[in-house]
Amino acid sequence: MFKENEESKKILTSFKFEPGKVEKGYTDRRLYINLSENKIKEKPIDPRVKEAFTGGRGYGIWYLWQAVSNRTKWNDPENEIIFCTGPICGITQYSGTGKTHIVSLSPETATVNDNNVGGYFAPFLKFSGWDLLEIQGKAKQDVIIFIDGNQGKVIIEEATGLNSDTYLLIEKLIERYADNEKDRRNISIVSSGKGAENTNLGILNVSWYDSRRKHIRVKQAGRGGTGSVFRNKKILAIVIKYSGVNANSNNVANPELIRKAGQRITREILKLDHIQNGMREIGTVNLLDHMQNYNCLPVHNFKFGSHPDAFKIDSKVWHQRMTQNQAGDSCWIGCNLRCSHGVDNFELETGPLKGERVLVDGPEYETTAGFGGNCGCFDPDFVLEANFYCDNYGLDTIGVSTTMAFLMECYENNIINKEITEGLELNFGNTKAALELIHQMAEGKGFGKIAGLGVRQIKKILVEKYGADEQFLQDIGMECKGMEFSEYVTKESLAQQGGYGIANKGPQHDESWLIFMDQVNNQIPTFEDKAEALHYFPLFRTWFSIVGLCKLPWNDIEPEDNKQKYHGIEAAKVPEHVENYCWLFEGVTGKRLTPEELILQSERVHNLQRLFNLRMGFGTREYDKIPYRAMGPVTVEEYELHKEFYDQQLQEIADFDIKTKTVEEKIKTLRKYREEQYQKLCDAVYNRRGWDTNGVPTLETIKRLKIDFPEVLEVVKKYQL
Amino acid sequence: MIKVNGRDREWEENLTVDLLLKKCKYSFPLIIVKVNGKYIPKEKYKDTLIKDNDDVQVIHSIAGG
Repeated sequence: MFKENEESKKILTSFKFEPGKVEKGYTDRRLYINLSENKIKEKPIDPRVKEAFTGGRGYGIWYLWQAVSNRTKWNDPENEIIFCTGPICGITQYSGTGKTHIVSLSPETATVNDNNVGGYFAPFLKFSGWDLLEIQGKAKQDVIIFIDGNQGKVIIEEATGLNSDTYLLIEKLIERYADNEKDRRNISIVSSGKGAENTNLGILNVSWYDSRRKHIRVKQAGRGGTGSVFRNKKILAIVIKYSGVNANSNNVANPELIRKAGQRITREILKLDHIQNGMREIGTVNLLDHMQNYNCLPVHNFKFGSHPDAFKIDSKVWHQRMTQNQAGDSCWIGCNLRCSHGVDNFELETGPLKGERVLVDGPEYETTAGFGGNCGCFDPDFVLEANFYCDNYGLDTIGVSTTMAFLMECYENNIINKEITEGLELNFGNTKAALELIHQMAEGKGFGKIAGLGVRQIKKILVEKYGADEQFLQDIGMECKGMEFSEYVTKESLAQQGGYGIANKGPQHDESWLIFMDQVNNQIPTFEDKAEALHYFPLFRTWFSIVGLCKLPWNDIEPEDNKQKYHGIEAAKVPEHVENYCWLFEGVTGKRLTPEELILQSERVHNLQRLFNLRMGFGTREYDKIPYRAMGPVTVEEYELHKEFYDQQLQEIADFDIKTKTVEEKIKTLRKYREEQYQKLCDAVYNRRGWDTNGVPTLETIKRLKIDFPEVLEVVKKYQL
Repeated sequence: MIKVNGRDREWEENLTVDLLLKKCKYSFPLIIVKVNGKYIPKEKYKDTLIKDNDDVQVIHSIAGG
């Protein structure tokens, strides 16, 4: 399909190991690779670490903490990329158990970052015999790491002359490493692309083989620039090969509990998905219609929450474009939610692959909302082309689209112009310019060099080099902690403002998503209610990443009578699914787990991550601040669009007659009020989480959680008030 | 005046659940409606009248991101 390059390869080192032995979901060992020294080692998992942090991302954060110092930068050799599994990872009787969780220091936030991604990598890694893959150091030339889980062999080979872009690379690698067509399903590849080399917005693509389509598919570990770390280490790809997955590859303690949970969720999915979210038909993009209807769809750099042209990229469109009834849309064996849809036979109109017909993996909601709504490009073909090229180049569709939307607003406000953009007319809705910018970002050329730095660094350049208004850029530049916002408008949901701002890694919705519970259902009206929600839900979601699960089967499908049996926040927890997770954990590990203990497991990891931020010089109250665009109207245009609503709120809070005030004065008063509300929310959340008023976990909290390791205490003590 | 999800809203004559959902632009298909705490099944939205001072809950069962 694609043109081949001249390539050469040389084996740098190899390592033999005892093939996998999984006992009750764990292997209790990690595979350590140092690319600077060409060393490969087996290392144990410390039982105290297992007890404290359970697995998955918990292990990843702990071992990254051990590997780096508070001075380590993302591109230092000592930074690691850690691929994590988790005890429930790989269970084939329950939906959504194939996730790989990845931990590294981020080029965007300069502190610990975590990703989760589908595909077959983590289950294959565990069944090969490893709870973690820990990669440190930096190779001199591009390398491929090959792990053969059946033969018990790891090889690092130098591989120059290969194009790093995902779709071009993985087609070649699967041919090289698979013995035959049937063997292709035994291979999973981690790759990235030139966009990750030339920007801070690099992703990792993790593959599985879609036997029905006879096509290699990918899912993305998208946020925080992990792909940029990967390419900075000169890793071209990690290829893992494992055959022999079976119903008891995890050697579980109590299969009956797993079967019971699996049958319950499967029945619900098959009976209810088509009348609930339609994940099996269009996946997460089903959200687009609802975000548009409830004024939460980001439009024109989060200025607005809906747009008359949104119907052009709504669910009906994607239902027609996505190929239906594809068993291969499950990104791990046994997942009945099957949400990894694709658009087949899409003809590319730009870029190096112009004219090729390709399979586009997606689009997901975030990609569609980001490129379609936020950049004002309501054109499904554009969304697909942007989706494909971002994946191929190893670029984060959320980071790129939020950055692009910011640049478009700057362009329309004459903060940047054609001279600065080197000819690109970056108006909202200009699909041609948007695609050209994606290609330039990937190549690290033209204005793409600046765009690829992400919103935080661009703001600095525009202020220092071009004299832009710093406050205005701070207000409209949608980043927090250095990471770009994902694609939801939060102006009318204080809880979600906190969900984004207080999140450990930055404003990504996977830590909490409370918009409807707060803004529409009004189920958490007080600060205490919101703080309780911002305690429970981020911790509950954290749990998926420590045991190796996908979030979607938790609440993207619900028991038919969930909202009748349970009320308020309790219903949002989906208690019967929480029960499933307790059964799964006990079924795999043999350890009984109550819902409260589940939260405690998460709380340890969540606090460790907050402390990691602290150790790296962040993690206090000032770093939880969000741009005002996330809280309310920055411009007159935004205020005027919802004038009646804002006037009414002002009337309730102001001690003056608002009729005598200009719009600018009203914006100023509303802003003061909303910023105060946000700070009060922070107070309530910190208090509920056992943190001090500066957002630092207290010594008492650390001791209660039993994570008072000497190195942890050393960090906390410096910040005690 | 009625309450919808705890917020005040003008009441009008002949206001049914169905009409209220339209006026609020509550288009999400998975909702649970309760009037004064009593669950209203979907097939009764058109026939159920909302009286002045009623307390209406419209809970959206949406999972989000």
